[in-house]
Amino acid sequence: MIIVGEKINSSRKSIAQALEKRDVEFIGTVAREQAEAGALYIDVNAGTYVNEEVDYLCWLVEVVQSAVDLPLCLDSPNPKALSEAIKRHKGEPMINSISLEKDRFPSLLPVVTSQPCKVVALCMAQTSMPRTVEERVSVGSELISKLTDEGIPIENIYVDPLVQPVAVDIAMGLAALGAVQKIMNDFPGVNTICGLSNISFGLPERHLINRNFLALGMAYGLSAAILDPTDTKLMATLLAVEMLLGRDEYCQSFIKAYQEGRIAEG
Amino acid sequence: MGNFTALNEAVIKGDVQTAVAETQKALDASQEVRGIIDNGLIAAMDEVGERFSKGQLFVPQMLRSAKTMQACMNLLKPHLQEGETTTKGIVVIGTVKGDLHDIGKNLVSMMLEGAGFEIEDLGVDVAPEEFARKVREVNADILGMSALLSITMPAMAETVKVLRNSGIRDTLKVMIGGAPVTEKYAQEIQADSYAPDAASAVVEAKKLLGIS
Repeated sequence: MIIVGEKINSSRKSIAQALEKRDVEFIGTVAREQAEAGALYIDVNAGTYVNEEVDYLCWLVEVVQSAVDLPLCLDSPNPKALSEAIKRHKGEPMINSISLEKDRFPSLLPVVTSQPCKVVALCMAQTSMPRTVEERVSVGSELISKLTDEGIPIENIYVDPLVQPVAVDIAMGLAALGAVQKIMNDFPGVNTICGLSNISFGLPERHLINRNFLALGMAYGLSAAILDPTDTKLMATLLAVEMLLGRDEYCQSFIKAYQEGRIAEG
Repeated sequence: MGNFTALNEAVIKGDVQTAVAETQKALDASQEVRGIIDNGLIAAMDEVGERFSKGQLFVPQMLRSAKTMQACMNLLKPHLQEGETTTKGIVVIGTVKGDLHDIGKNLVSMMLEGAGFEIEDLGVDVAPEEFARKVREVNADILGMSALLSITMPAMAETVKVLRNSGIRDTLKVMIGGAPVTEKYAQEIQADSYAPDAASAVVEAKKLLGIS
């Protein structure tokens, strides 16, 4: 399971404050704690700033990569912010995200082909949000074929099924899960990724819902997730599920985590 | 004035059958349609909004109540007098140009409708000119705009500008919302109000129009 640490996002108050104060130490600490908790990518998002996003995102790239030796997930719908941030990034970043939306695809394509990178392909159609499994798979397939046509290796594509809240439509859990399964089956080598928190919008006990959704996602073939790796209950769920799905030989990772006191019970 | 406790409770619970039956009962008893709407339905939705704000009720329950109210309204509408309006105000609403996210916008629409506003929902990817045209056409009291992306938020500012240039900015109130949108941004673009969620959108809309 590829873990993308989600905590450096300007929609969180403490991050917004750190950005405005250019607090190198605080951002560095949040990056390090996620790396230590098992993140393979650190997501950076300054999307709440309309005017300063480009500057903030570039600053985050430099600050985070001087704190941890990991690639970043550059998280923005803004081609300008992404193309500036990618220039400052060391190694192969993950670009989050491109979609089929009418302006977004052509404006982001040059960014994701400008240098080797992983690409999150969000199942958002040209003019509407997908509802069903079929609509998601159709958008996902089209994105995969367009991106591979541009020379992006299929392994570098991370299809995001677009998770929508079950509070608004009870079918949305299975719509995302079913899309993950079908895409993983139809396109060997491709990755799938999603955030967890959209699923629980509008409901109580969101963490409980999110970690169960992660478990289901993994069972349906999800290969990466954007989450908070410092959430010990969530990470314990992840370890247990990896083991239950036969991916943890001799149950060693699970047992090791237990022995190191990293498994939070209940 | 009749007693609407049973109807109130049915709407709050989202029990369509009971709510529709209670509405029919009130009609059969020759209650005033207006009174049924205000005291039976809108009063219940106000309570739903309040409980939602306090974290006692959640989005699916809110949706269920709104659907229940709609079923009752469908029963009542044919009984309204010709030309009789029950609306608290006309709200034009939509997701701004370049943005396809509609979940939050739909929740806001539903709650405003539940509170007795008339909604003109333009859907998603709505151009500034389209907002302005509709505002003029229906003589709207409030324009509600939603955006979920930092790159589409400037379309809100653009729309305010278009309203101003068309000379209709001062005839209505502008309310904005969406995940990346903040109170500060609302002030920056000279919107009149910012609402962080569907229940507060109702509170804000009433405040804007001076309705208690």
